[in-house]
Formats: sequence, C-alpha cells, structure tokens
Amino acid sequence: MNKEQTIDELKNIVKPYIVNQEAFDALTVETDFINDLKINSANLVDVILDIEEKYNIVIDNESMERMINVKSAMEIIETKLSERE
Amino acid sequence: MRKEEIISKLPYSKPFLFVEEISHIDENGVEGNFTFDENLDFYKGHFKDFPVTPGVILTEVMAQIGVVCLGIFLLNNTFSENNSIALTSTNVEFLKPIFPNEKVKVFSEKIYFRFGKLKCKVMMKNEKGEVVCTGIIAGMMVSPPQPSPQGREPKLD
Repeated sequence: MNKEQTIDELKNIVKPYIVNQEAFDALTVETDFINDLKINSANLVDVILDIEEKYNIVIDNESMERMINVKSAMEIIETKLSERE
Repeated sequence: MRKEEIISKLPYSKPFLFVEEISHIDENGVEGNFTFDENLDFYKGHFKDFPVTPGVILTEVMAQIGVVCLGIFLLNNTFSENNSIALTSTNVEFLKPIFPNEKVKVFSEKIYFRFGKLKCKVMMKNEKGEVVCTGIIAGMMVSPPQPSPQGREPKLD
C-alpha cells in the first residue's frame, strides 16, 4: 500500500464532508476527522462507508470507533486489506 | 414488532406527532400516512389568510414516518426511552402544495442502517397519488446527553 497514494485517496473521500477547509488543505496523517476537519459524527458514518466501498473491505464497530484520524484510518485499511488476502 | 407498538414508542406527542398510521413495515422500508387537521396552529400564520402546509412540516412528516418509525422497528426491543434520536440531514425537493385536511402517504426505502445512522430515500404522495415531495433523510440514534461538569451544553457530535 503506497502511503502518499492512500492519503490522496482518503482526502478525496473526506472532501465532501469537511467543514474546516484550512485543516483539509494542510492535511497530514495526524489530522483528526472530527476535531480538525470538523466532520460531524453522522457524516463520519458516510466517510467510513465510502472507505469500505473504495477498498472493498468491511469495517466493524470496533474499527469504526478507532478511526479518529488519517493515521488510524490508514492502519485499519491496511489491516483489513491484509486479512482479505 | 406491531405497528401500533411502534407508534406508541415514538418520542412525540400532539401537536408534533405526525404519524397517524403505519400501513406497512419491514426491514427494508415503511409506508405510513398522516392527515393534516385544519386546526393545526401553523396554518394561522403560514400564510396569512392562505393556509398551506410548510415544507419543514412535510419534511418532519417524512422523517417521523420514514426514518424514526423504521429506526424503532429495526432496533426492535433495544429501543428505549434512554435512546435519543437526532435528525442529521435532509435533502428534499417539493413538487406540490398540501392544504389543510389533506391526507398524505409516505413511502420510505432504507439506503443503509450502519453505526447507528439510518439513511432513507423518502417520498410523499397526496390522495390523488401525485408526488408531493421526495428526498434523502438521515438520522442517528444517540445516547442521552449527559450534563457536563462545566455546565456547558453537551455537543451532539
């Protein structure tokens, strides 16, 4: 999994739901979905469903709760992709 | 769960209960109806001397029947007074006006129910079967807000 490419893909996924444009423009692996990008919890569900669709994975409740920032999202995607293989 | 039981579990009462009857419900969707009593308070002001049902009220009817009733059904017996529900998004287009004493029918189809969020494709028709409004409505079942120690208003998100 290419890190830079995954960050770009995640950026595209969160784009429709972000409120804080500055935090989005300066997005790094440490960017927090709720506290930095100001995505509300209802839209975070859509972000997760879009991630599932993009990577063809299933995200369970436990992973959902851990998915607070770009870094944790990337880790969860990587884990789920490796489980699939 | 029986249809009457779902209505009894709704957290609304008059004058803000906008579900009269559930005619069909299953895990994929719900159909229900509501009749607009001409004495409803908002007709006095919307509009002056020309009562028309406000779009926000039509949206509320669609949300109560199409999302809240279905959500209670899907949660089955795990829904209790400890749950609170929140409307999270609406995207509705309006095609026809609804006047006092009209009866409307709401048809809702589940798009998904994941992580406590229920998103539905909802349509309202008048008695002639014409489409009144249509859209996408979503809501969440959330834990009751806890009073925070600082006395601040708890945030929904």
